[in-house]
Amino acid sequence: MSLMSEVGQKAFNLGVPIAVHMDVTYRCNERCVHCYLDHDDHGEMTTGEIKDVLDQLAEAGVFFLTFSGGEVFMRRDFFEIVEHARRLMFNVKIKTNAVMIHEAEARRIRELGVDTIQISVYSHRPEVHDAITKLPHSFERTIKSIRFLHEQGLRVTIANVLMTVNSSDHTGVQKLAAELGVHYTLDPTITPMMDGDTSVLSLRIPGEELPEVFRNPALVGSQEEFCAPPKPPSAEDLEGYSCSAGHSFCYISPYGDVFPCVQFPLPTGNIRQQKFLDIWNFSPQMKEVRSIQAKDLTVCSSCSHVSSCARCPGLAYVEGSMRGPSTADCEKSFYRTGVPTANMLRQGLSKPRTTAPLIQIRPIAVPA
Amino acid sequence: MPENCIYIARSSAIAARALAGEMMVMNSADSTFFTLNEVATAIFQAADGHTPLRDIVRDRICEQFDVDPEQAQADAEQFVAELSGHGILLVSNQPLASETP
Repeated sequence: MSLMSEVGQKAFNLGVPIAVHMDVTYRCNERCVHCYLDHDDHGEMTTGEIKDVLDQLAEAGVFFLTFSGGEVFMRRDFFEIVEHARRLMFNVKIKTNAVMIHEAEARRIRELGVDTIQISVYSHRPEVHDAITKLPHSFERTIKSIRFLHEQGLRVTIANVLMTVNSSDHTGVQKLAAELGVHYTLDPTITPMMDGDTSVLSLRIPGEELPEVFRNPALVGSQEEFCAPPKPPSAEDLEGYSCSAGHSFCYISPYGDVFPCVQFPLPTGNIRQQKFLDIWNFSPQMKEVRSIQAKDLTVCSSCSHVSSCARCPGLAYVEGSMRGPSTADCEKSFYRTGVPTANMLRQGLSKPRTTAPLIQIRPIAVPA
Repeated sequence: MPENCIYIARSSAIAARALAGEMMVMNSADSTFFTLNEVATAIFQAADGHTPLRDIVRDRICEQFDVDPEQAQADAEQFVAELSGHGILLVSNQPLASETP
Protein backbone atom coordinates (compact mmCIF):
# COMPACT_ATOMS: atom_id res chain seq x y z
CA MET A 1 0.00 0.00 0.00
CA SER A 2 1.42 3.41 -0.95
CA LEU A 3 1.93 6.08 1.69
CA MET A 4 -0.88 8.09 0.10
CA SER A 5 -3.25 5.09 0.32
CA GLU A 6 -2.24 4.52 3.94
CA VAL A 7 -3.04 8.11 4.80
CA GLY A 8 -6.34 7.89 2.94
CA GLN A 9 -7.26 4.73 4.86
CA LYS A 10 -6.29 6.36 8.14
CA ALA A 11 -8.53 9.37 7.40
CA PHE A 12 -11.34 6.99 6.40
CA ASN A 13 -11.02 5.02 9.65
CA LEU A 14 -10.90 8.18 11.75
CA GLY A 15 -13.74 9.87 9.86
CA VAL A 16 -11.57 12.84 8.91
CA PRO A 17 -12.72 14.70 5.76
CA ILE A 18 -9.32 14.62 4.13
CA ALA A 19 -10.63 15.65 0.70
CA VAL A 20 -13.31 18.14 -0.35
CA HIS A 21 -14.61 19.09 -3.77
CA MET A 22 -15.96 22.64 -3.82
CA ASP A 23 -17.81 24.17 -6.74
CA VAL A 24 -17.35 27.92 -6.43
CA THR A 25 -19.87 28.73 -9.17
CA TYR A 26 -22.22 27.00 -11.59
CA ARG A 27 -21.83 29.86 -14.10
CA CYS A 28 -19.91 28.96 -17.24
CA ASN A 29 -18.68 30.47 -20.47
CA GLU A 30 -19.28 27.20 -22.32
CA ARG A 31 -22.57 25.37 -22.86
CA CYS A 32 -21.43 21.79 -23.17
CA VAL A 33 -24.03 19.45 -24.61
CA HIS A 34 -23.67 16.93 -21.77
CA CYS A 35 -23.49 19.37 -18.84
CA TYR A 36 -25.85 18.65 -15.93
CA LEU A 37 -25.72 22.13 -14.39
CA ASP A 38 -28.08 25.10 -14.35
CA HIS A 39 -25.71 27.97 -15.14
CA ASP A 40 -27.70 30.77 -13.49
CA ASP A 41 -26.46 32.28 -10.24
CA HIS A 42 -29.02 31.54 -7.53
CA GLY A 43 -27.04 33.19 -4.76
CA GLU A 44 -23.45 31.99 -4.71
CA MET A 45 -21.43 32.27 -1.54
CA THR A 46 -19.57 35.57 -1.29
CA THR A 47 -15.78 35.82 -1.13
CA GLY A 48 -16.01 36.26 2.63
CA GLU A 49 -18.30 33.27 3.05
CA ILE A 50 -15.99 31.04 1.01
CA LYS A 51 -12.95 32.18 2.99
CA ASP A 52 -14.80 31.37 6.19
CA VAL A 53 -15.66 27.90 4.82
CA LEU A 54 -12.01 27.36 3.93
CA ASP A 55 -10.98 28.30 7.48
CA GLN A 56 -13.45 25.72 8.77
CA LEU A 57 -12.25 23.05 6.36
CA ALA A 58 -8.64 23.57 7.42
CA GLU A 59 -9.67 23.21 11.05
CA ALA A 60 -11.59 20.03 10.18
CA GLY A 61 -8.42 18.46 8.72
CA VAL A 62 -9.14 18.80 5.00
CA PHE A 63 -5.90 18.46 3.02
CA PHE A 64 -6.91 17.87 -0.62
CA LEU A 65 -9.14 20.65 -1.97
CA THR A 66 -10.55 20.65 -5.49
CA PHE A 67 -12.04 23.86 -6.89
CA SER A 68 -14.45 23.33 -9.74
CA GLY A 69 -17.67 24.65 -11.27
CA GLY A 70 -19.17 25.79 -13.67
CA GLU A 71 -16.08 27.61 -14.78
CA VAL A 72 -14.06 28.74 -11.78
CA PHE A 73 -12.65 31.78 -13.58
CA MET A 74 -16.16 33.19 -14.03
CA ARG A 75 -15.60 34.39 -10.45
CA ARG A 76 -13.50 37.55 -10.46
CA ASP A 77 -12.39 36.70 -6.93
CA PHE A 78 -11.15 33.23 -7.83
CA PHE A 79 -7.46 34.02 -7.35
CA GLU A 80 -8.27 35.63 -4.01
CA ILE A 81 -10.00 32.39 -2.98
CA VAL A 82 -7.08 30.23 -4.14
CA GLU A 83 -4.62 32.53 -2.39
CA HIS A 84 -6.54 32.14 0.86
CA ALA A 85 -6.67 28.37 0.40
CA ARG A 86 -2.93 28.19 -0.17
CA ARG A 87 -2.23 30.34 2.89
CA LEU A 88 -4.15 27.67 4.79
CA MET A 89 -1.81 25.12 3.19
CA PHE A 90 -4.36 23.07 1.30
CA ASN A 91 -3.21 20.90 -1.58
CA VAL A 92 -5.19 22.65 -4.33
CA LYS A 93 -6.42 21.16 -7.57
CA ILE A 94 -8.37 23.21 -10.13
CA LYS A 95 -10.82 21.90 -12.71
CA THR A 96 -11.38 24.35 -15.56
CA ASN A 97 -11.97 24.65 -19.28
CA ALA A 98 -8.92 26.99 -19.27
CA VAL A 99 -10.41 29.32 -21.86
CA MET A 100 -9.79 32.34 -19.62
CA ILE A 101 -6.22 31.38 -18.68
CA HIS A 102 -3.56 33.46 -20.40
CA GLU A 103 0.13 33.81 -19.66
CA ALA A 104 -0.39 36.05 -16.61
CA GLU A 105 -3.00 33.71 -15.10
CA ALA A 106 -0.76 30.69 -15.72
CA ARG A 107 2.09 32.44 -13.92
CA ARG A 108 -0.17 33.33 -10.99
CA ILE A 109 -1.35 29.73 -10.70
CA ARG A 110 2.25 28.60 -10.52
CA GLU A 111 3.12 31.26 -7.93
CA LEU A 112 0.23 30.09 -5.81
CA GLY A 113 1.60 26.55 -5.69
CA VAL A 114 -1.44 24.86 -7.20
CA ASP A 115 -0.85 21.11 -7.41
CA THR A 116 -2.76 20.13 -10.54
CA ILE A 117 -4.98 21.73 -13.17
CA GLN A 118 -7.49 19.42 -14.83
CA ILE A 119 -8.78 20.67 -18.15
CA SER A 120 -11.66 19.35 -20.24
CA VAL A 121 -10.78 18.51 -23.83
CA TYR A 122 -13.41 16.60 -25.79
CA SER A 123 -11.65 15.95 -29.06
CA HIS A 124 -8.41 16.49 -30.92
CA ARG A 125 -10.56 17.85 -33.74
CA PRO A 126 -11.39 21.56 -33.15
CA GLU A 127 -14.75 21.33 -34.87
CA VAL A 128 -15.88 18.44 -32.63
CA HIS A 129 -14.63 20.08 -29.42
CA ASP A 130 -16.27 23.42 -30.31
CA ALA A 131 -19.53 21.69 -31.26
CA ILE A 132 -19.63 20.09 -27.79
CA THR A 133 -18.76 23.28 -25.86
CA LYS A 134 -20.88 25.49 -28.16
CA LEU A 135 -18.17 28.14 -27.79
CA PRO A 136 -16.46 29.04 -31.08
CA HIS A 137 -12.65 28.74 -30.99
CA SER A 138 -12.77 27.16 -27.53
CA PHE A 139 -10.46 24.33 -28.66
CA GLU A 140 -7.84 26.78 -29.87
CA ARG A 141 -8.06 28.84 -26.67
CA THR A 142 -7.98 25.80 -24.38
CA ILE A 143 -4.94 24.29 -26.09
CA LYS A 144 -3.14 27.64 -26.01
CA SER A 145 -3.81 27.85 -22.27
CA ILE A 146 -2.53 24.33 -21.72
CA ARG A 147 0.73 25.40 -23.36
CA PHE A 148 0.96 28.44 -21.05
CA LEU A 149 0.40 26.25 -18.00
CA HIS A 150 2.87 23.63 -19.17
CA GLU A 151 5.49 26.32 -19.81
CA GLN A 152 5.14 27.34 -16.17
CA GLY A 153 6.05 23.79 -15.16
CA LEU A 154 2.57 23.09 -13.83
CA ARG A 155 1.06 19.64 -13.73
CA VAL A 156 -1.82 19.55 -16.21
CA THR A 157 -4.25 16.72 -16.85
CA ILE A 158 -6.54 16.59 -19.83
CA ALA A 159 -9.90 15.10 -18.86
CA ASN A 160 -11.62 13.54 -21.84
CA VAL A 161 -15.34 12.93 -21.39
CA LEU A 162 -16.41 9.98 -23.49
CA MET A 163 -19.83 10.14 -25.17
CA THR A 164 -21.52 9.23 -28.42
CA VAL A 165 -20.46 12.39 -30.22
CA ASN A 166 -16.73 11.88 -29.55
CA SER A 167 -16.47 8.18 -28.77
CA SER A 168 -13.91 7.56 -31.50
CA ASP A 169 -11.67 10.47 -30.49
CA HIS A 170 -10.13 9.29 -27.23
CA THR A 171 -7.03 7.93 -28.97
CA GLY A 172 -6.53 11.27 -30.72
CA VAL A 173 -6.94 13.22 -27.47
CA GLN A 174 -4.51 10.89 -25.72
CA LYS A 175 -1.96 11.53 -28.49
CA LEU A 176 -2.57 15.27 -28.23
CA ALA A 177 -1.93 15.13 -24.47
CA ALA A 178 1.37 13.35 -25.12
CA GLU A 179 2.36 16.00 -27.68
CA LEU A 180 1.55 18.74 -25.17
CA GLY A 181 3.51 16.91 -22.46
CA VAL A 182 0.54 16.64 -20.10
CA HIS A 183 -1.34 13.80 -18.46
CA TYR A 184 -4.50 12.24 -19.85
CA THR A 185 -7.49 10.75 -18.15
CA LEU A 186 -10.71 9.38 -19.53
CA ASP A 187 -13.76 10.75 -17.76
CA PRO A 188 -16.83 9.07 -19.21
CA THR A 189 -19.44 10.11 -16.65
CA ILE A 190 -22.67 11.43 -18.07
CA THR A 191 -24.93 12.67 -15.29
CA PRO A 192 -28.62 13.68 -15.46
CA MET A 193 -29.37 17.41 -15.30
CA MET A 194 -29.79 18.90 -11.84
CA ASP A 195 -33.51 19.42 -12.51
CA GLY A 196 -33.91 15.68 -13.18
CA ASP A 197 -33.95 16.01 -16.98
CA THR A 198 -32.39 12.82 -18.32
CA SER A 199 -32.25 13.83 -22.00
CA VAL A 200 -28.46 14.25 -21.83
CA LEU A 201 -28.17 10.54 -21.09
CA SER A 202 -28.80 9.86 -24.76
CA LEU A 203 -25.16 10.97 -25.16
CA ARG A 204 -23.89 8.00 -23.19
CA ILE A 205 -21.90 5.47 -25.15
CA PRO A 206 -23.86 2.22 -25.61
CA GLY A 207 -22.97 -0.57 -23.19
CA GLU A 208 -22.03 -2.80 -26.11
CA GLU A 209 -19.14 -0.43 -26.83
CA LEU A 210 -17.75 -0.66 -23.31
CA PRO A 211 -15.78 -3.88 -23.85
CA GLU A 212 -13.68 -2.05 -26.46
CA VAL A 213 -12.75 0.53 -23.82
CA PHE A 214 -12.23 -2.08 -21.11
CA ARG A 215 -9.86 -4.04 -23.31
CA ASN A 216 -7.70 -1.06 -24.22
CA PRO A 217 -4.53 -1.45 -22.13
CA ALA A 218 -3.64 2.20 -22.75
CA LEU A 219 -6.74 3.11 -20.78
CA VAL A 220 -7.16 0.39 -18.16
CA GLY A 221 -3.67 -1.01 -17.62
CA SER A 222 -3.62 -4.80 -17.33
CA GLN A 223 -6.64 -6.11 -19.19
CA GLU A 224 -6.28 -9.51 -17.52
CA GLU A 225 -6.52 -7.93 -14.11
CA PHE A 226 -9.17 -5.35 -15.02
CA CYS A 227 -11.47 -7.84 -16.73
CA ALA A 228 -10.89 -10.80 -14.37
CA PRO A 229 -14.02 -12.69 -13.27
CA PRO A 230 -15.14 -11.69 -9.76
CA LYS A 231 -13.72 -13.59 -6.79
CA PRO A 232 -16.16 -14.93 -4.18
CA PRO A 233 -16.58 -12.25 -1.49
CA SER A 234 -14.88 -12.78 1.86
CA ALA A 235 -16.39 -11.92 5.24
CA GLU A 236 -14.12 -8.86 5.21
CA ASP A 237 -15.51 -7.76 1.84
CA LEU A 238 -19.04 -7.86 3.27
CA GLU A 239 -17.96 -5.67 6.18
CA GLY A 240 -16.55 -3.13 3.70
CA TYR A 241 -17.90 0.21 2.51
CA SER A 242 -18.60 1.46 -1.00
CA CYS A 243 -16.28 4.46 -1.26
CA SER A 244 -14.98 7.51 0.59
CA ALA A 245 -18.18 9.56 0.12
CA GLY A 246 -19.24 10.79 3.56
CA HIS A 247 -16.35 8.93 5.21
CA SER A 248 -13.37 11.04 4.23
CA PHE A 249 -14.74 13.05 1.31
CA CYS A 250 -17.59 15.46 0.64
CA TYR A 251 -18.86 18.05 -1.81
CA ILE A 252 -19.83 21.68 -1.22
CA SER A 253 -21.98 23.56 -3.74
CA PRO A 254 -21.65 27.28 -4.60
CA TYR A 255 -24.68 27.85 -2.37
CA GLY A 256 -23.11 26.21 0.67
CA ASP A 257 -24.99 22.91 0.49
CA VAL A 258 -22.96 19.95 1.70
CA PHE A 259 -23.34 16.53 0.06
CA PRO A 260 -21.49 13.22 0.56
CA CYS A 261 -20.10 13.52 -2.98
CA VAL A 262 -20.47 15.60 -6.13
CA GLN A 263 -22.31 12.59 -7.58
CA PHE A 264 -24.46 11.92 -4.49
CA PRO A 265 -27.20 14.58 -4.32
CA LEU A 266 -28.32 13.80 -0.76
CA PRO A 267 -28.49 17.14 1.11
CA THR A 268 -26.86 16.87 4.52
CA GLY A 269 -26.86 20.53 5.61
CA ASN A 270 -25.98 24.06 4.57
CA ILE A 271 -22.82 25.77 5.64
CA ARG A 272 -24.58 29.15 5.78
CA GLN A 273 -26.72 27.81 8.60
CA GLN A 274 -24.42 25.39 10.39
CA LYS A 275 -20.73 24.94 11.01
CA PHE A 276 -19.08 22.50 8.60
CA LEU A 277 -17.98 20.16 11.38
CA ASP A 278 -21.50 20.07 12.84
CA ILE A 279 -22.80 18.89 9.46
CA TRP A 280 -19.91 16.46 8.98
CA ASN A 281 -20.13 14.95 12.46
CA PHE A 282 -23.82 15.11 13.31
CA SER A 283 -25.91 15.21 10.13
CA PRO A 284 -28.27 12.18 10.23
CA GLN A 285 -27.84 11.81 6.47
CA MET A 286 -24.03 11.69 6.72
CA LYS A 287 -24.33 9.17 9.53
CA GLU A 288 -26.65 7.02 7.46
CA VAL A 289 -24.32 7.07 4.44
CA ARG A 290 -21.44 6.12 6.75
CA SER A 291 -23.33 3.22 8.28
CA ILE A 292 -23.88 1.24 5.07
CA GLN A 293 -21.68 -1.84 4.66
CA ALA A 294 -21.69 -4.24 1.73
CA LYS A 295 -23.68 -6.78 3.76
CA ASP A 296 -26.49 -4.18 4.10
CA LEU A 297 -27.01 -3.75 0.37
CA THR A 298 -30.40 -5.05 -0.69
CA VAL A 299 -29.35 -6.74 -3.92
CA CYS A 300 -25.59 -6.32 -4.18
CA SER A 301 -24.80 -8.18 -0.92
CA SER A 302 -25.63 -11.42 -2.74
CA CYS A 303 -23.91 -10.43 -6.01
CA SER A 304 -20.76 -12.23 -7.13
CA HIS A 305 -19.31 -8.82 -8.07
CA VAL A 306 -19.68 -7.32 -4.59
CA SER A 307 -15.96 -7.37 -3.80
CA SER A 308 -14.79 -5.89 -7.12
CA CYS A 309 -17.66 -3.71 -8.35
CA ALA A 310 -17.10 0.05 -8.14
CA ARG A 311 -20.75 0.50 -7.13
CA CYS A 312 -21.47 4.20 -6.68
CA PRO A 313 -23.87 4.81 -3.76
CA GLY A 314 -24.68 8.24 -5.23
CA LEU A 315 -25.86 6.75 -8.51
CA ALA A 316 -27.78 4.11 -6.55
CA TYR A 317 -29.41 6.92 -4.56
CA VAL A 318 -30.40 8.68 -7.81
CA GLU A 319 -31.94 5.40 -8.95
CA GLY A 320 -34.04 5.17 -5.79
CA SER A 321 -32.05 3.78 -2.87
CA MET A 322 -28.55 4.33 -1.54
CA ARG A 323 -28.64 0.67 -0.42
CA GLY A 324 -29.80 -0.53 -3.83
CA PRO A 325 -27.90 -1.36 -6.98
CA SER A 326 -26.51 1.21 -9.39
CA THR A 327 -27.55 -0.09 -12.80
CA ALA A 328 -24.71 1.77 -14.51
CA ASP A 329 -22.18 -0.06 -12.36
CA CYS A 330 -23.98 -3.40 -12.91
CA GLU A 331 -23.59 -2.77 -16.62
CA LYS A 332 -19.94 -1.92 -16.16
CA SER A 333 -19.28 -5.08 -14.12
CA PHE A 334 -21.05 -7.22 -16.70
CA TYR A 335 -19.28 -5.77 -19.74
CA ARG A 336 -15.95 -5.85 -17.92
CA THR A 337 -16.14 -9.53 -16.94
CA GLY A 338 -18.98 -11.13 -18.92
CA VAL A 339 -20.52 -12.34 -15.65
CA PRO A 340 -24.16 -11.27 -15.03
CA THR A 341 -24.85 -9.32 -11.82
CA ALA A 342 -27.40 -10.23 -9.14
CA ASN A 343 -29.41 -7.20 -10.21
CA MET A 344 -29.61 -8.54 -13.77
CA LEU A 345 -30.37 -12.09 -12.66
CA ARG A 346 -33.27 -11.03 -10.44
CA GLN A 347 -34.76 -9.31 -13.50
CA GLY A 348 -34.17 -12.41 -15.63
CA LEU A 349 -31.68 -10.60 -17.87
CA SER A 350 -28.71 -12.31 -19.49
CA LYS A 351 -27.33 -8.91 -20.53
CA PRO A 352 -28.13 -5.37 -19.38
CA ARG A 353 -31.12 -3.49 -20.75
CA THR A 354 -30.05 -0.96 -23.33
CA THR A 355 -31.85 1.72 -21.32
CA ALA A 356 -29.41 1.72 -18.41
CA PRO A 357 -29.59 5.29 -17.10
CA LEU A 358 -25.90 6.00 -16.76
CA ILE A 359 -22.50 4.86 -17.87
CA GLN A 360 -19.77 5.36 -15.37
CA ILE A 361 -16.40 3.73 -15.75
CA ARG A 362 -13.20 4.57 -14.00
CA PRO A 363 -10.20 3.48 -16.00
CA ILE A 364 -6.81 4.48 -14.76
CA ALA A 365 -5.24 7.85 -15.44
CA VAL A 366 -2.53 7.47 -18.05
CA PRO A 367 0.62 9.57 -17.65
CA ALA A 368 1.91 11.41 -20.68
CA MET B 1 25.58 35.00 16.01
CA PRO B 2 27.41 31.66 16.01
CA GLU B 3 28.63 30.44 12.62
CA ASN B 4 26.67 27.22 12.79
CA CYS B 5 23.35 28.96 13.42
CA ILE B 6 20.69 27.54 11.08
CA TYR B 7 17.34 29.14 10.29
CA ILE B 8 14.53 27.19 8.66
CA ALA B 9 11.31 28.23 6.96
CA ARG B 10 8.55 26.33 5.23
CA SER B 11 8.46 26.68 1.44
CA SER B 12 5.40 28.39 -0.05
CA ALA B 13 5.13 25.57 -2.59
CA ILE B 14 4.00 23.01 -0.05
CA ALA B 15 0.69 21.82 1.31
CA ALA B 16 0.50 20.52 4.85
CA ARG B 17 -2.08 19.31 7.35
CA ALA B 18 -1.98 17.41 10.62
CA LEU B 19 -3.71 14.04 10.76
CA ALA B 20 -3.86 12.26 14.10
CA GLY B 21 -0.65 13.83 15.41
CA GLU B 22 1.33 13.36 12.21
CA MET B 23 1.90 16.03 9.58
CA MET B 24 1.12 15.30 5.94
CA VAL B 25 3.33 17.36 3.65
CA MET B 26 3.20 17.55 -0.13
CA ASN B 27 5.36 19.56 -2.47
CA SER B 28 3.31 20.77 -5.44
CA ALA B 29 6.46 21.14 -7.53
CA ASP B 30 7.04 17.40 -7.76
CA SER B 31 4.14 15.84 -5.80
CA THR B 32 6.48 14.27 -3.26
CA PHE B 33 4.41 13.27 -0.27
CA PHE B 34 5.65 12.79 3.28
CA THR B 35 4.22 12.14 6.67
CA LEU B 36 6.21 13.51 9.60
CA ASN B 37 6.26 11.90 13.02
CA GLU B 38 5.51 13.88 16.17
CA VAL B 39 9.07 15.17 16.67
CA ALA B 40 9.53 16.11 13.02
CA THR B 41 6.11 17.78 13.08
CA ALA B 42 7.18 19.94 16.03
CA ILE B 43 10.27 21.11 14.09
CA PHE B 44 8.23 21.70 10.92
CA GLN B 45 5.63 23.75 12.78
CA ALA B 46 8.31 25.86 14.44
CA ALA B 47 10.04 26.61 11.11
CA ASP B 48 9.15 30.30 11.08
CA GLY B 49 12.34 31.55 9.44
CA HIS B 50 13.59 33.53 12.42
CA THR B 51 13.95 31.03 15.26
CA PRO B 52 17.35 29.29 15.09
CA LEU B 53 17.16 25.52 14.74
CA ARG B 54 19.13 24.99 17.94
CA ASP B 55 16.49 27.03 19.85
CA ILE B 56 13.71 24.96 18.27
CA VAL B 57 15.50 21.78 19.34
CA ARG B 58 16.10 23.08 22.86
CA ASP B 59 12.62 24.55 23.44
CA ARG B 60 10.36 22.28 21.39
CA ILE B 61 12.15 18.95 21.21
CA CYS B 62 14.33 18.42 24.28
CA GLU B 63 11.75 19.93 26.58
CA GLN B 64 8.73 18.09 25.19
CA PHE B 65 10.22 14.76 24.20
CA ASP B 66 12.90 14.25 26.87
CA VAL B 67 15.77 13.46 24.47
CA ASP B 68 19.53 13.97 24.62
CA PRO B 69 20.26 17.51 23.30
CA GLU B 70 23.28 16.54 21.18
CA GLN B 71 21.50 13.60 19.61
CA ALA B 72 18.37 15.69 19.07
CA GLN B 73 20.39 18.44 17.35
CA ALA B 74 22.11 15.92 15.06
CA ASP B 75 18.79 14.24 14.18
CA ALA B 76 17.16 17.61 13.57
CA GLU B 77 19.94 18.71 11.22
CA GLN B 78 19.63 15.47 9.28
CA PHE B 79 15.86 15.88 9.06
CA VAL B 80 16.20 19.50 7.93
CA ALA B 81 18.75 18.53 5.26
CA GLU B 82 16.42 15.84 3.94
CA LEU B 83 13.36 18.09 3.73
CA SER B 84 15.45 20.90 2.30
CA GLY B 85 16.58 18.53 -0.44
CA HIS B 86 12.95 17.98 -1.36
CA GLY B 87 12.16 21.71 -1.35
CA ILE B 88 9.94 21.43 1.72
CA LEU B 89 12.11 23.57 3.99
CA LEU B 90 14.28 26.56 3.17
CA VAL B 91 17.56 26.72 5.08
CA SER B 92 19.89 29.64 5.67
CA ASN B 93 22.46 30.91 8.13
CA GLN B 94 20.52 34.20 8.11
CA PRO B 95 16.92 34.72 9.27
CA LEU B 96 14.45 34.01 6.46
CA ALA B 97 11.29 35.88 5.56
CA SER B 98 8.39 33.44 5.78
CA GLU B 99 7.08 32.68 2.30
CA THR B 100 3.41 33.17 1.51
CA PRO B 101 1.72 32.11 -1.72
